[in-house]
Amino acid sequence: MADSPFWMIWPGNAALSALAWFVIAMPFLYAARSPVHALLRSLGALAVGPLRLAARSLLATAREMRERNRAVLLAQGREEVEERVAREFERVAALVKRDLEGYPALQRRLLDEITRVEEDYKKCGEVPPPPPEWIEAVAAVAKIKPNGNELVQHLLEEINVSIKAIHDKALAEYRRAYQSRHRILDGFMPFWRALDKTLSQADRKMTSLAERAAAIDAQMERYEAIVRKTDKAEHALTVSALTQFFIASLVLAIAAGGALINFKLIALPMSEMVGAGDYLTASLRTSEVAALVIIFVEATMGLFLMETLRITHLFPRIHSLSEVMRKRMMWAAFVLLLILAGIEAALALMRDMLIADKQALLQSLAATQAHVADGWLTAIPTAGQMLLGFILPFALAFVAIPLESFINSARTVGGAALVILARALAVLLRVSGNFLRQLSKVLITLYDIFIVLPLLAERWVKTARVPPVRTGRADLELGERS
Amino acid sequence: MKRRSFLVSVPLLGLAQALGCTDPRSHAHGVYLLVDTSGTYAQEIGKAQLIVNYLLGSLQPGDSLAVARVRSRSFSEKDIIAKATFDQRPSQANAQKRLLKERVEAFAATARGSANTDITGGLIQGALFLKETGAGRKTILIFSDMQEELDKATQRDFPIDLQDIRVVAVNVVKLRTDNLDPRLYLGRLEGWQKRVQAAGAREWRVINDLEHLDALLNS
Repeated sequence: MADSPFWMIWPGNAALSALAWFVIAMPFLYAARSPVHALLRSLGALAVGPLRLAARSLLATAREMRERNRAVLLAQGREEVEERVAREFERVAALVKRDLEGYPALQRRLLDEITRVEEDYKKCGEVPPPPPEWIEAVAAVAKIKPNGNELVQHLLEEINVSIKAIHDKALAEYRRAYQSRHRILDGFMPFWRALDKTLSQADRKMTSLAERAAAIDAQMERYEAIVRKTDKAEHALTVSALTQFFIASLVLAIAAGGALINFKLIALPMSEMVGAGDYLTASLRTSEVAALVIIFVEATMGLFLMETLRITHLFPRIHSLSEVMRKRMMWAAFVLLLILAGIEAALALMRDMLIADKQALLQSLAATQAHVADGWLTAIPTAGQMLLGFILPFALAFVAIPLESFINSARTVGGAALVILARALAVLLRVSGNFLRQLSKVLITLYDIFIVLPLLAERWVKTARVPPVRTGRADLELGERS
Repeated sequence: MKRRSFLVSVPLLGLAQALGCTDPRSHAHGVYLLVDTSGTYAQEIGKAQLIVNYLLGSLQPGDSLAVARVRSRSFSEKDIIAKATFDQRPSQANAQKRLLKERVEAFAATARGSANTDITGGLIQGALFLKETGAGRKTILIFSDMQEELDKATQRDFPIDLQDIRVVAVNVVKLRTDNLDPRLYLGRLEGWQKRVQAAGAREWRVINDLEHLDALLNS
């Protein structure tokens, strides 16, 4: 009995005690109905107001970020297209300089060839001289019928002989003339071929130029779309940035793997240089840090090399350097990279020697017969390590390219992700606000259900007082209040 | 080093460089091996060599190792057979290890049994040596049957200081009397445990299975 809670009116009978309290509390709850309703509504409004405000603010921020992202994206895209167009124009300029610079000479050659062909053609048109006019007189004489006169007969025979001789001579003359024309026509062939070749060459150059022009047209269309700030252009740029981001991330991950291998190659021999007993943290040795520093310096030199080669554009200061200074810097970066690669190759060799020494020691400690391997077989991994140590710094130098893509695209991708996050948060806040508002309504209804008996009594009393005509309205009022 | 350590080390490197500091704690490991050469236990010297070889293979550059014998009176530098603080350079450390191995082998070839066993003296000497090395982790390995026998003139009945030192008893063989009454063996080990722990040792451990020597250096 003594253990019963203080609120129990009938100790040991919780249900009855609770019922008693319920009956006792009901009039008070009924009396406090309006203030409690107001309180619940106020609490709902108190929670909903800031949430809605925060959601609106987040949406506004998201809109602002989106606009800013859009502006940055379009600016980047415009810059990129400008560079591409400039590059295309450079190519066209090179093409024009290379191919069309010789166009006057080409034209002169073509004209010469055409003139020559025309002259030859004219020569072909020259016919052999016509037979002499006296032939007609001879022909008339030849038409004289023989009448048995010997003189006439003799004359005719003479004429016949002469005619035949003249005929043969004329025939030979014609044949010579046609032979010479055929020779001229034969001589046409190389000229025709040369003409055809020259024209084909000119055609190819023109086609190449046309292709470049088409590429410029395509880029210009993109540029115009970007300048017009169309949604299509923005979408295309976003997708492109996203693709770049993932590709660059993948390549950087691969490069990180390469850096890890590089680290493994030089970490042990670095302990020979800086000692193996110094620690920067509980598990990080100074020798390991030194190896990391070498790798970072290599990557930095690679970055500078790519910058000075104008492959990447991460440092505007380098691009604004004079040509002479830029070339000096490029050579300095290359030489340093070469030296570091040489050091790495030497360290890789030292690593192999240290491991071999350690193995020999362990074998002597184990008191077992040491395995003697073939000389050239053991030289293969050594040579491989040295080669890897020399190549990896140069391979790491190319990380600058994906790094630039990653940095450029990360702005777009990060901005888009932030916008999505802000919107999602705004939706969440709005949903939470609506939930709390509905919750306050539900609590008000539950409160009324809790005090349903006094409410029913109130309804009955009101029904009894109010004339029958107005009953419906009273019910309505009661319902509205509920 | 694992990939995670590599990735973690990148920001740590920047932080360390920014702060211009290194870890001031010593990460070196100091090991003092006491080899009992008294009585019949001197026959176990071959096993002691195995332990020395294991230690030489496991200790890193910068670590310290001393091998000392336990004789009738062991509180003396003369009882240290070989000692070395390995060079920071791995190649030099390997050379030191070879030299130390040769010295231990030479000792094993000429080791003779002593009349009494002064383990406490050896412990005190070992503690002094380890403190001098300044090693971050200190371990005393006692290769003995842990049966201390002192002559009347030798005084060892006083508290000793083994603060922050791991004490590992290795190859604690059972004596003939232990076989008759195992309580003697257990009582002997318990007595040493109490004494070592009272001296402030970080850990007390007994390793009789020489197949699991990896527990020698690790807590």
